[in-house]
Amino acid sequence: MSRLQRALEQGQFAVTAEMAPPKGADFRPALETAQVLRGKVHSLNVTDMQSACLKASSLGLCTALRQAGFEPILQMTGRDRNRMALAADLLTAAAFGIDTVLCLTGDHPAVGDCRDAKPVYDLDSVGILELLRELEAGRDCGGNPLTGEAPRFFGGAAATPVYDPLPLQIARLKRKADAGARFLQTQAVFSAESLLPFLEGVDRAGIRVPILAGIIPLKSAGMAKFMNEHVPGIAVPQSQIDALAAEKAAGGSPARLGLAMAAELVAELRERKLCAGVHIMAIGAEKSVPGLLEMAGVHICEETAPVPRAEASSEGGNHE
Amino acid sequence: MIITRKKPEEALLSMLQGAKRVAIVGCGSCAAACQTGGEKEIGEMKAFLEARGFQVAATVLPDECCHKMLVKRDLKVLRGLDVDAVVGLACGDGVQTVADNVDLPVYPANDTLFLGQVERVGIFHEYCRMCGDCVLGVTGGICPVTRCAKGLVNGPCGGQRNGKCEVDPENDCAWVLIYRRLEKLGKLDALLSPTGGRRPAAHPAHLNLREVRK
Repeated sequence: MSRLQRALEQGQFAVTAEMAPPKGADFRPALETAQVLRGKVHSLNVTDMQSACLKASSLGLCTALRQAGFEPILQMTGRDRNRMALAADLLTAAAFGIDTVLCLTGDHPAVGDCRDAKPVYDLDSVGILELLRELEAGRDCGGNPLTGEAPRFFGGAAATPVYDPLPLQIARLKRKADAGARFLQTQAVFSAESLLPFLEGVDRAGIRVPILAGIIPLKSAGMAKFMNEHVPGIAVPQSQIDALAAEKAAGGSPARLGLAMAAELVAELRERKLCAGVHIMAIGAEKSVPGLLEMAGVHICEETAPVPRAEASSEGGNHE
Repeated sequence: MIITRKKPEEALLSMLQGAKRVAIVGCGSCAAACQTGGEKEIGEMKAFLEARGFQVAATVLPDECCHKMLVKRDLKVLRGLDVDAVVGLACGDGVQTVADNVDLPVYPANDTLFLGQVERVGIFHEYCRMCGDCVLGVTGGICPVTRCAKGLVNGPCGGQRNGKCEVDPENDCAWVLIYRRLEKLGKLDALLSPTGGRRPAAHPAHLNLREVRK
């Protein structure tokens, strides 16, 4: 059973953080980043070519992280692989002891950096969740029996709390829950209030799946404005944008203020018991996550912290 | 309707290298409506090729260029003519049907784009991907397989803003359209119905109404 699953089942405030594989063949910087997060988060999400920009594979970095003693969350999108390739990767992940999987549809190649790539979408997030269950039942995507002990997964899905029309998002989530999602990680939210209508809808629809609210520490007013204009589901309140701009004008550090604002939100979400945990997407600033959690007063329980292995940090990287 | 678009002139001329006497075959159905293969376009093609030194030995306009027996009948006019190549002003199906009926190289003058609706003259929208497993009954008559950029059948992705698709903001999010329609029809429960839209991809497909199949 994964640490995330255990934390959620024990009712602990769960903390996950997201990191990306490199656009290249050297995993060492990513493993160093993971080292900084050791013991600070329950699990590390490893993105699967987020924003449809080419990177090394999530499975590859997850395997390296697993061998270094972490419990990564494998992100699997349906964009690039048909059901056979997805099933093959999931079996491989299970063989390496990676059981927590975030099932995603995936950003379209047209918004990424290899725009001529052919989109696949044989399965969407719901289909990948169903595929997990098939594999757990000892069957492959063609209904053929698997050999050996059937793999066990802890499958999750994404949610977009700020969405219009909201009932459409809730209906989609219901299908993800029915397909076997056991945790939800959301698109970034910037205020507890913006989460409330969504949580109410989830409740009304009878969706009983722990929700980890997405947190993005803002780095500047420009970043916030850009995301508001270009990233679906993102709504940074104007007051936060103004505060970041004022901090810059006063010669301060907007990035530090952004971290403090994120920490304040994490603390509020926890105190008000609005969600089961948080999912921090630091977008390249993963090393600031421990500081954010410290400010928020969030410490994960020792017994569920990743157990370091001797010499672990030197394993699994590409050494040449 | 099968929507086609004229290939660039250079692309056609490059295929025709070495040919001198050609025949032009159009299509009185979809390609005529798409202004890529009707009487007017055949005339324009004839003038274009003649201006570049080709002889146009014949022009043919079958009512439907995808109908093998019909095309066979209409192409009889080519018999005995000294022709090096045929230029097909139809969709990919029509051009192949012409090729099935002549022992000559057949060159497409058009690119075949999609199966679409004619909104009005000259304006076409892709409406059906011919998935073979129609879901329109539970999606308010709006096809997500075709009109969602990702072909999602279980609901929307997170990539819409103000009802527009992030892949191409000119396009409406199919699932927001579906939601609005189902809301109007009082059938929002359909959002939770299992959808299809997933025929196993085995090509080429055939259908024979004379064969009794299960």
